[in-house]
Amino acid sequence: MLKQEPLFRVARFAPFVVILLLSVPVLAGLLGTLLPAFSYLPALGRDTFSFDAFRAVFVEPNIWRSMLLSLWTGFAATAISVLIAAGVLAAGFGTKGWARLTRLLSPILSVPHAAAAYGLMVLVMPSGFVARLISPELTGWQTPPDILIPNDPWGLALIAGLVAKEVPFLLLLLIAAIGQTDASRNLHIASALGYGRLAGFFHVLWPQLYRQVRFAVFAVLAFSATAVDVAIILGPSAPSTLSVQLVRWMNDPDLAMRFTASAGAVVQLLLVLLLFVLWMGLERVLEFVRKSLEISGMRFAMDGALTASLRFAGWLLTLATLGGLALLALWSIAGLWPFPDAMPESYTLKAWMRALPAVMAPMATTFVLGVTSASMATVMGILCLASRSRSKPASRLFNASLALPLIVPQTAFLFGLQIAAIKSGIGYGMTALVLVHLVFVMPYVFLSLGQAWQALDPRYALVAQALGKSRTQTLLRVELPLLLRPVLTAFAVGFAVSAGLYLPTLLVGAGRLPTITTEAVALASGANRRTIGVYAFLQAVIPFAGFVLAFALPAWLFRNRAGMRAA
Amino acid sequence: MAELGNQQTGLTLRSVSIRLRGRLLLDLDAHVTPGSVLTVMGPSGSGKSTLLAFIGGFLDTAFEAAGTVLIDGQDIGGKTPQERHAGILFQDPLLFPHMSVGQNLLFAIPSEIRMKSERNSIAKSMLADMDLDGCFDHDPARLSGGQKARVALARTLVSKPRALLLDEPFSKLDSALRQQMRLLVLGLAKARALPVVLVTHDPADAEAAGGQLVTID
Amino acid sequence: MKTLFAALAFALSLSTSALAADPDPANWQAVLDDAKGETVYWNAWGGADNINAYISWAGGMIENRYGVKLVHVKLDDTANAVAKVVAEKAAGKADGGSVDLIWINGENFASMKNQGLLLSSGWAEKLPNWKYVDASGKPTVKTDFTIPVEGLESPWGMAKLVFFHDSAKTKAEDMPKSAADLLAWAEKNPGRFSYPMPPDFIGSSFLKQVLSETITDKTKLLAPVKEDEFVVVSKPLFDYLDRLNPNLWRKGKAFPQNYPDMKRLMADGEIDISFAFNPSDASAAIATGELPDTVRSFTFPGGTLGNTHFVAIPYNANAKAGAMVLADFLISPEAQAHKQDPKVWGDPTVLNIAALSSDEKAKFDSLDLGIATLKPDQLGPALDEPHPSWMVRIETEWKRRYGAGN
Repeated sequence: MLKQEPLFRVARFAPFVVILLLSVPVLAGLLGTLLPAFSYLPALGRDTFSFDAFRAVFVEPNIWRSMLLSLWTGFAATAISVLIAAGVLAAGFGTKGWARLTRLLSPILSVPHAAAAYGLMVLVMPSGFVARLISPELTGWQTPPDILIPNDPWGLALIAGLVAKEVPFLLLLLIAAIGQTDASRNLHIASALGYGRLAGFFHVLWPQLYRQVRFAVFAVLAFSATAVDVAIILGPSAPSTLSVQLVRWMNDPDLAMRFTASAGAVVQLLLVLLLFVLWMGLERVLEFVRKSLEISGMRFAMDGALTASLRFAGWLLTLATLGGLALLALWSIAGLWPFPDAMPESYTLKAWMRALPAVMAPMATTFVLGVTSASMATVMGILCLASRSRSKPASRLFNASLALPLIVPQTAFLFGLQIAAIKSGIGYGMTALVLVHLVFVMPYVFLSLGQAWQALDPRYALVAQALGKSRTQTLLRVELPLLLRPVLTAFAVGFAVSAGLYLPTLLVGAGRLPTITTEAVALASGANRRTIGVYAFLQAVIPFAGFVLAFALPAWLFRNRAGMRAA
Repeated sequence: MAELGNQQTGLTLRSVSIRLRGRLLLDLDAHVTPGSVLTVMGPSGSGKSTLLAFIGGFLDTAFEAAGTVLIDGQDIGGKTPQERHAGILFQDPLLFPHMSVGQNLLFAIPSEIRMKSERNSIAKSMLADMDLDGCFDHDPARLSGGQKARVALARTLVSKPRALLLDEPFSKLDSALRQQMRLLVLGLAKARALPVVLVTHDPADAEAAGGQLVTID
Repeated sequence: MKTLFAALAFALSLSTSALAADPDPANWQAVLDDAKGETVYWNAWGGADNINAYISWAGGMIENRYGVKLVHVKLDDTANAVAKVVAEKAAGKADGGSVDLIWINGENFASMKNQGLLLSSGWAEKLPNWKYVDASGKPTVKTDFTIPVEGLESPWGMAKLVFFHDSAKTKAEDMPKSAADLLAWAEKNPGRFSYPMPPDFIGSSFLKQVLSETITDKTKLLAPVKEDEFVVVSKPLFDYLDRLNPNLWRKGKAFPQNYPDMKRLMADGEIDISFAFNPSDASAAIATGELPDTVRSFTFPGGTLGNTHFVAIPYNANAKAGAMVLADFLISPEAQAHKQDPKVWGDPTVLNIAALSSDEKAKFDSLDLGIATLKPDQLGPALDEPHPSWMVRIETEWKRRYGAGN
C-alpha cells in the first residue's frame, strides 16, 4: 500500500465518524420511541410489552382525520412541488429571466419554514395584505370576509406553505443535476425534431434528472407529511395534522400520554412508509404515460400558454415568499394598522426597541450553534470527499446514514432522543445541541458539497500531483481554492438548516438555549404581530448573511480571475 | 549517463497489461529512450489513456493492472504520483484558474529550490522561452488558446519531470496552432532528453513524433 | 389507565421526599447567600411581549440586587414545563433539573401537586414578602381551582375574565350582559365572535364561564367530576355550544390559538368581541398600538371567572434558593405596582394595598389604569373556578364534539 499522508490518514476515518454521528442518535432515538410505543419504559413503571398505547392512539377523537390529513397534505405538497419545480425548469431553463430566478433561489431557501409560513399567512388571510390592497374599492369589504384561510380543513394553506419552500429546494437540486447533462444540446435536438419545449424536456431530460433527485423527493415527502412548525401556523386546527397532535401528546403533563405519543410516532413512521409506496406507484403510472407518449411521437408543439403559466407560477412563488417577508418587515415597524387600510396609519420602532435587548442572547446562540455545526459538517464533508476520491469504502452504508435523518420523521426519533440525552448525562448543553444539529446539518451540507466536488474536473488534482505535489498540498492549494464558492455555499446551507431547526432545538435544548427560531415559533402562537415581524425578519436575515458571505468572499478574493466567476 | 542494472536510461514498460472487469484493454512491452517518443494510437474508448494513468500512478481502482514501470532503471511501482515526477499534459491546458500565470509556474517549481528570487527567475525565463514575456501577472483565463497551451507546457517543464505523458494534447487546438505546438513540445522533449509517451487518435501526431508506434483497438 | 396512572403518581410522590439540602426561607439570609451567583431558569408562557418585557425587567432587578441571574424559558404552553419535569423524573434526574421556576395554576398545578413534582416545604408562605399578600380578601391565593395551595406555589397576579369591544364599531349598550345574552348576540351577528381553541387556557376558561352560568347546581363544580352524572350536568353547556358553534367566526371550523391571537382578529376587524383574563389587557394593547383607542371593556353583571396565577418550584430544581429570591421579589410592592401599570403589563396585584405603607400605597394609587380599564368596583363579582377535573373533562368532550370542524 502507498504510505498515507497524516491528513489523509485521519480523513480515512471521517466517513466512519460521520456514519456514527448520524446513525447513533437516529437509531437510539428510534429505539427510545419504539419501546414506550409498546408500553415498555421501566422508568415509568411499565415493563411488559403490549399494544395499549396503540389502542390509546386510535381511540383519540378525530385521529383518522388527522392521519388522512397528514397523508393528503404530504402527498399533495410533494406532487405539486415536483410538478412546479420541473415545470419551472422546463419552461425557464436558458431563458432571459432564468439567471435572475436562480439567483433568488438561495435567499428563498435560507428563509426558515416558520418565517415563510407566517409571511404567507399575513399575505393571504382574509384580513391579509392582498385583501387590504383591493378592499374596499374592488370588493366592498369593510370587514374581512369570513373565509377559512389559512387553517382550512383541507389543508390547502398548509400545502401552499410547504410548496413555497420545497419548490426552491427541488429546483436547486435539479439545476445541479441538469449541469451534469448536455441539456441545451439535447433540448435543441428535441426541438429540431419538432417537439414542444415542455414535451422535449420531459422526454429527453426528465428521466435522467429525476433519477438524480429522486432521493430528495422522498425527503420532501417525509418532511411534508411530518412538519410541525408549518402545520401549526398554516395547517387545519380542528383537527390538526398528526405531527402537531404528536407534539401535543408529548407535552401533556399526564405521563400516560408519553406512551400514546410514542405509539403515535410509530404510526406516523408507518404513514410515511405508506406514502413512499404510494409515490412509487405514482412514479410507475407516470413513467408508463411518458413512455406511451414517447412512442406515439406526439409533439405538443403549441405549449406557449402552459410554458408561460409555469414561468408565472415560479415567479408567483418567489414573490409570495419574499413578499411575505417584506410584509413582516413592514408589520415590524407598523403602528395601528386596521382593516381595510392598505398601509399602516403610523410607523414606530417600538417593537424593535423592545425586542432587540431580548433577542441578543438567542441570536448569539443561533450564531454559535450554526457556525459550529456548519463548519464541523463542512470539514467532515471535505475529509470524506477527499478520501473517497481514491477508494469507495462502505459508501452504501455511508449514503444510507446520510439519508436516515431526512427520511425518518423527526418526531419518531426526537422523542426517544430527548430521554437518551438526559440519561447519557450530555444533558441540555451546547454539546448535545451541536450533536443533534449535526444530524440534520450534515446531510444537506454533504449533498451540496458532493455536487460541487463532482462538478470539479478531477484532472486539476492529477496535474497538481504530477507536478510533484502531495495530496494534502493538492487539496489545500488547488482543490479547496477552486471549490471555495461551493464550499462556502455548503457552509451557508448548513448554517441556514441549523438556524431554522425548531423541534430538535426545542426538545434537546429543553428551551434553555433558545434560538431565534424557537423564539419566533413561540411568539407566533400569540404575540403582537409587530414583534413576530421583528423575529421573522431576523430569522430570515441571519441565514441569508451566510449566502452573502459565500457570494462576496470568493468574488473579492478572485476579483482578477475571470475563470473563477460564478457559472 | 550511467547504466543501471541491465537497463538503459529512459522509460521502460515491462509486461504491462491493463484489464477492466476481466477484459484486456492493452498489453505492452516497450522501452522509450530519453528524447524519443512512444506513440499509442487507438480510437476513443479503447482505454489507451489508462496507460498514462498507470504510469502516472493515478489509475482508477476499477482497473486491474499488472507489470512494471521503470524510469532510468528505477521501479516506480510503489510510489505515489507526486514521487514519480511524470509530467502530464491533457487536451485542455487546465491552468489553475485561481492563480496568475506566474503563480501557476511557481506552484510547479520543486520545493527544493527555496530562494524566492531563484524561483521567480526560473519561472520568468521559462515564460520567455515560450514567447510569453510579460505574462507573469496575467489572469490565465484571459490568454489565447495557444498561450494557454504554452503556459501548461511551461508549468510541466519547470516541475523537472523525468518523463512526459501526453494525453491527446493537441486535439483541441485549431490546425495551424496544432502543428506549431507539436513541434514545440516534441522539440523541447528532445532538447531536455525526456522520454515521451503520446496517446492520440490523430495519425498526424504519430507522424510528427516519429519513434515507436503501438496501435490498440 | 386511570388506576395505573394514580398508582404511578402515588409511587412517584413516595419517592419525592424532600432533600435535606433544600433551602429554608425561614432563614432568609441563608437563602440569599445560597442564591448569589445562581441562574434561575424560569419557564413561563412567552407569547406576549409586554409580559416578556416585564420578566426581563424583574431579571435585571434581581441580578443587580441579589446577584441572581434570570433566564426566561419561553413556553407556548405551560404543560411543556410540566412535561420536562416528568421526563427528568423518568430519566431519574432527582436534582440539577432544568426547570427552576414555573408560571402555573389550575390543572397544571393540580397535576404537579398530585405527582409530587413540586418543592414541598410550604416555602411560599414563609417568604418575607408573604406578609403583604391579601390572603383574606383574595381567597384564591390560598385555593387554586378548589385545590389547597399549601404553600407549594407563590401567588403572582390576579386574573378576571373581561370582555372587549370597539366602541367605534359596536355600541356599549348592545353588548351582552350574560352568557345567554352573548349567544343571542352571536345569533344576530354570525361570524363576529370566537374563543381560543381549548385546551388553551383562556378558551377553556370561556367554557367554564358558560358552565358556571348554565349549570343548575353550582355546588357540583366545587367537587371532582362524577363520571355518571357528567352527561346530564353538562347538557346545558353543550346545548349552548351546539347553538353557538355555527354562529362563530369561520362557522366554528377554526378557532384562534390563544387570546393574543384572538386580539389580533379583533385588530384585523375579523371579530367584534374579544376577552382576556386581565382587566387592563385592552388598555395595554392600546398603548402598544395593537388595538385602536376606541376599544372599551365590559363584563357580566352576574359575575365572571376570577382566579390567581402563581409561580412554583419543581422538586428537582437546580437553583431553588435563586427561585425563592425571585418569587419573593415578584410579590414585593415594587414589582407588583410595576406589573399593574398598563403601560407595562396591567396585571392586577395579589397584595392588600390598604395594608401597605403610604409610600408603597402611593405607587399603586398613582397608576393610570388606562382608558379601557374598568375600575375595580365595575368589574362585577368573581365566580369561583371549578375543580380542575371539570376542565379536563370538558376539554375532552369539547374536542370530541367540535375538534373536527365539520
